[in-house]
Amino acid sequence: MDAKEIIARRVAREIRPGMLVNLGIGLPSLVANYVPGDSGVYFQAENGVIGLGARPPEGMAEPNLTDAGGGFVTAVPGAASIDSAMSFGLIRGGHLDMTVLGGLQVDARGYLANWTVPGRMVPGMGGAMDLVVGARRVVVAMLHTAKGECKIVPECTLPLTAERRVSLIVTELAVIEPTEAGLVLRERGPGISVDEIRAATEAPLHVAGDVPEMELGA
Amino acid sequence: MKTAIRPEVAAEMIGEGSTLLVGGFMGVGSPLRLIEAIRNRGTGGLTIVCNDLCTPDRAVGTLVVSGQVRRAIVSHIGLNPVAQKKMMAGEMEIELVPQGTLVERIRAGGYGLGGVLTATGLGTPVEEGKQVVEVDGRRYLLERPIRGDFALLASHHADYAGNLAYVLTAHNFNPIMALAATTVIAEAEHIVPVGMIPPDAVKTPGVLVDHLLGRA
Repeated sequence: MDAKEIIARRVAREIRPGMLVNLGIGLPSLVANYVPGDSGVYFQAENGVIGLGARPPEGMAEPNLTDAGGGFVTAVPGAASIDSAMSFGLIRGGHLDMTVLGGLQVDARGYLANWTVPGRMVPGMGGAMDLVVGARRVVVAMLHTAKGECKIVPECTLPLTAERRVSLIVTELAVIEPTEAGLVLRERGPGISVDEIRAATEAPLHVAGDVPEMELGA
Repeated sequence: MKTAIRPEVAAEMIGEGSTLLVGGFMGVGSPLRLIEAIRNRGTGGLTIVCNDLCTPDRAVGTLVVSGQVRRAIVSHIGLNPVAQKKMMAGEMEIELVPQGTLVERIRAGGYGLGGVLTATGLGTPVEEGKQVVEVDGRRYLLERPIRGDFALLASHHADYAGNLAYVLTAHNFNPIMALAATTVIAEAEHIVPVGMIPPDAVKTPGVLVDHLLGRA
């Protein structure tokens, strides 16, 4: 199982039946592959659909139905199409149960930076800032390191996405919960030891008792 | 009843330096024929307010490539490398606005509100230069309304009363922008006889629409 699949499978287990969930583009979008189709979960895309479905079969794309990355999608029975004010009303008004977003850095306070590397990559924040401020739970799904550098740091050096402590960080090595007291190691990646996680993590980690290995489902 | 005008006639109405609110999300729900006519006419110095700057070969992205855009107020430019290059080189001014804040600022402009209070952007570069307002012990940024000279909209259906109906993810900013500009021009995929769009399906009432683009 590769790193991204480990992360996607573990994040999928955070999603409860009946939730309204927004998945970011890239790695977070993989999470949908591991959520059972009969779970009553609705996925929102902020460009205006509740009830996002799979990619359409070849030749059956509808030009007016895309996800927030601009890719063609389908809609599930029970779906609703909405304008951008309603879409962000859901996000900012606390109606969205969970968002899963990628990250460039998360720090010991649980603050996320995920939208820009000044001078190098300035794509714009899109809906990320609204999602982090407004969603009830914010789950960061990311690789533990990028180009050899740890992404879990004492304090973000990149501009923040929001001044909010995220709910959970899931990497291929660990599940980490930011708390008032700092980052708490909750679970280990498959075959990974606590010492290995500590060695790979720049930010201080609190470890209490036995840390179980993450369950990834069938 | 509205009359339908040709894209080049619509483009002639738009003067140098106009502020254009343009519907669409990555070009989905964007008035593509109208944008093409503006590009052909070459009107410059434009301020574009749109969710994103699309890709260089599509929708508002093409106006960036042709050098007609002086300033853009958008939430995302990541798929238009030409825009990123022009911004870095100082050839184009880009104000990046969180998507939800952008739509609410336009809504405030259209609904006659003096601004929006939102927690989005607090503690980030978005906060710079803005007033922080405390309400019931919670902090918010004061975000100012946005209005345009023209709103350029796309819809699925229009009738000659100017009523507009949208489909799927092609709503996005269109119904909001319809209230926030001096002149509203709508490009529909289909123009249908008055009475064919059920009143309950109308998302933008015709009284807001000044001009319809004629059939392709």
